[in-house]
Amino acid sequence: MKCAELLAVLNEYVEGTVDPAICEEFEKHMAGCNPCQVVVDNIRKTITLYKGGQPCELPVEFRQRLHSALRQKWKQTHPQKA
Amino acid sequence: MNIINQIDPEVSDPALVARAQAGELDAFEALANRYEQRVYALALRMLRHQQDAEDVTQQTFLSALEHLGGFRGDASFATWLLRIASHAALKVIRKQKGLDTISLEEATEEADGYDTIPHPEYIADWRHSPEQLVQQHEIQRLLDEALAKLDEKHRLVFLLRDVEGLSVRETAETLGLSEANTKVRLLRARLQLREQLTRTLGDPERRVVRVPHNH
Repeated sequence: MKCAELLAVLNEYVEGTVDPAICEEFEKHMAGCNPCQVVVDNIRKTITLYKGGQPCELPVEFRQRLHSALRQKWKQTHPQKA
Repeated sequence: MNIINQIDPEVSDPALVARAQAGELDAFEALANRYEQRVYALALRMLRHQQDAEDVTQQTFLSALEHLGGFRGDASFATWLLRIASHAALKVIRKQKGLDTISLEEATEEADGYDTIPHPEYIADWRHSPEQLVQQHEIQRLLDEALAKLDEKHRLVFLLRDVEGLSVRETAETLGLSEANTKVRLLRARLQLREQLTRTLGDPERRVVRVPHNH
């Protein structure tokens, strides 16, 4: 396996869904190729950082508007409960 | 106005959905409380415009309220909601581009393939672990800036798959793409983000230069 060929299976490798035979070849290549090792490690860290990112705060005024719109809609769609 | 209701945070999503379907407004509001930030964050990162993100968030929950009776739990409630939000955000994007009837895929057609993907250039071990980085105040800004620099078609795939955790199939269906195209776009997004983040977070003293080699 060449460095360029790693790219085609990189997604599956970092997600742990790569075919076992290909996985073995992938790891054999990485054992002798420090740049590829570092790239794979960087990619894993990139995904981890984004997965753990902070959700944006909802503006307070918008949150109030959202909930009153929901209550109003609820009343329209559930008239017997109003 | 009190918008905090009294529902125990331990109550599961399916239990809340069942109660909301049975007509309990508090249960629906508890679901909204649980997911409003996530829906808003997704919309904001898709659209990069606060007012549009608010509109999409509101439409998403109104639509969820209206169609709750039809929700059968085939996917999780979170996935169902995120897909409603993505569709609403895509509608805004298409409208902005004047693409009412054209799919995003056709509109951004390109020869996507693995052989045209740029190879990593700046390769270096990072100075800190992700666990250390999340403690740093500046990191979220850096992540958002790197994401904003991606092409829209790559950003959308990355947001749904890696940030929101939809499967490749769900991401492809939501965006109206083939799975093969989704995977290529995901790879491009991951590589571009890696490149950008490594230029900031990488340790220049531990930079690795790729020398021509045969294996």
